Amino acid sequence: MIIHHPILGPRDSAEFTYLGDANLIHRPDWQAEDALAQFTDYGYQRKNPAGVHRELWFHEQGDRSWLVVTRNTVTHEITKVELARDVARAEGRDT
Amino acid sequence: MRYSGLRVIKEALTGHRGWGPAWRDADPKPDYDYVIIGGGGHGLATAYYLAKKYGKSRIAVLEKGWIGGGNVGRNTTIIRSNYLLDGNEPFYELSLQLWENLEQELNYNAMVSQRGILNLFHTDAQRDAFIRRGNAMMLNGADADLMSTERILEKYPFLNVHNARFPIKGGLAQHRGGTVRHDAVAWGYARGADQHGVDIIQNCEVTGFRIEHGKVLGVETSRGYIGAKKVASCVAGSSSRVMEKAGMRLPIESHVLQAFVSEGLKPVLPGVITFGAGHFYCSQSDKGGLVFGGDLDGYNSYAQRGNLPVVEDVCEGGMAIFPMLGRVRLLRMWGGIMDMSMDGSPIIDQTHIEGLYFNGGWCYGGFKATPASGLVYAHLLATDTPHPTATAYRFDRFERGLMIDEKGMGNQPNLH
Ligand SMILES: Cc1cc2nc3c(=O)[nH]c(=O)nc-3n(C[C@H](O)[C@H](O)[C@H](O)COP(=O)(O)OP(=O)(O)OC[C@H]3O[C@@H](n4cnc5c(N)ncnc54)[C@H](O)[C@@H]3O)c2cc1C
Repeated sequence: MIIHHPILGPRDSAEFTYLGDANLIHRPDWQAEDALAQFTDYGYQRKNPAGVHRELWFHEQGDRSWLVVTRNTVTHEITKVELARDVARAEGRDT
Repeated sequence: MRYSGLRVIKEALTGHRGWGPAWRDADPKPDYDYVIIGGGGHGLATAYYLAKKYGKSRIAVLEKGWIGGGNVGRNTTIIRSNYLLDGNEPFYELSLQLWENLEQELNYNAMVSQRGILNLFHTDAQRDAFIRRGNAMMLNGADADLMSTERILEKYPFLNVHNARFPIKGGLAQHRGGTVRHDAVAWGYARGADQHGVDIIQNCEVTGFRIEHGKVLGVETSRGYIGAKKVASCVAGSSSRVMEKAGMRLPIESHVLQAFVSEGLKPVLPGVITFGAGHFYCSQSDKGGLVFGGDLDGYNSYAQRGNLPVVEDVCEGGMAIFPMLGRVRLLRMWGGIMDMSMDGSPIIDQTHIEGLYFNGGWCYGGFKATPASGLVYAHLLATDTPHPTATAYRFDRFERGLMIDEKGMGNQPNLH
């Protein structure tokens, strides 16, 4: 698979390590009343879809940036690559 | 029909006209007491034990394709019970014991071959960890043998023990481990289940559940609605896709694992060798092909095929310790979809929906578990209590912090 890095251009996916579902960007609030349930869900439950999946890849052997890659898990086709930082900000994360 | 040596001779003399199909290709009935989703090794074994051991009837196995077309026909056939943790080891040892008697039990040649498995180690720390695992195995009634490099070389003289990065310092062997003919396991259990009245229904994909007031009433399938008192999901790599239809999310990610077979060679490799540090393991099939594999590709996938970086990685690992492999040609390679759980261990449990049960999270090690998985799942379905060897395989272990994480990798499925 080739990942089109927004800054570095086309890179072999072997340069990256894989974390998983991009929803991991949104860590629950530890002070929430249902924090245990939220963290169980965050830590362990996955949608794991067959089809389009937004996921976090880390350019470990490159510029060490985190990317959000939109990829089809049935065909391995990659349709979108964004910097995770931009995605996190756009989705309202401030830290 | 019972199979026997006499029967083979008789059929040979009469032109092999007396062999019938090993199981009926059943059509679905309107309803059953037990509907098992998934005609892989585990689903078929569950049906078999449910009928045979627990005396239940009105059982159907629903398979979306043909039985044995999933991971049970795609794996590298290794069986072993060399686990460390209490939640796992009694279960896998039960499974190994069931393998040891499987062919007599099923009257079917599954080619169970206890040729032994050897895990190599390369450092003092690893040796300590392996000794600890061997002790844990023996405490659970399994066999374990710490082998020196010299003893290993007697059995496997071709190993390169002087690799610069991973010199072989010894290994932990389980001589009762080995390999089994994987397709024959599916066929043998199918035949046994069929003989006990189980309907094996192929080309029957479960597309939804009918659930009312928190209770499951049956399943929607590509061959119409089928009612059921109890529904048992057993679909390995498709676990998330099926349970999603019941509104559940699982502690599971689906990943692709590749495997490889070489051209047929004369016997060179008498046992199973795993070189974990180098992401490589290998055995030789009875047909002569070297059967080998390594790591997951590492990203979510339902594609049943992997990519080239892992092919390269596996072959490099192989060359590092088996230099003799260099001139061997690769015959086939393929991929299977693994139900990778968050702690690397399986789940066999009731769900919060009455009458709906789940079996999955087998990662790349569910083949060896087939007999025990079938037995304990049948136990759960028949009695609504977990089998004594499977009490740890609960859904709520993640919430309660009781993970069964053999390698201590944490909630990162692609590292287990
Ligand atoms: C390359 C590879 C190597 C492996 N090596 C080993 C090994 O050496 N040792 C070991 O112990 N394990 C190994 N495994 C793991 C092992 O194969 C699996 O854990 C095990 O086979 C899973 O259980 P099963 O046989 O029931 O799965 P499967 O055979 O996959 O059965 C699941 C069935 O469910 C069916 N299904 C899915 N969705 C539906 C639906 N909606 N409706 C109806 N049916 C459905 C599928 O078609 C499939 O037939 C390996 C796996 C792979 C891919």
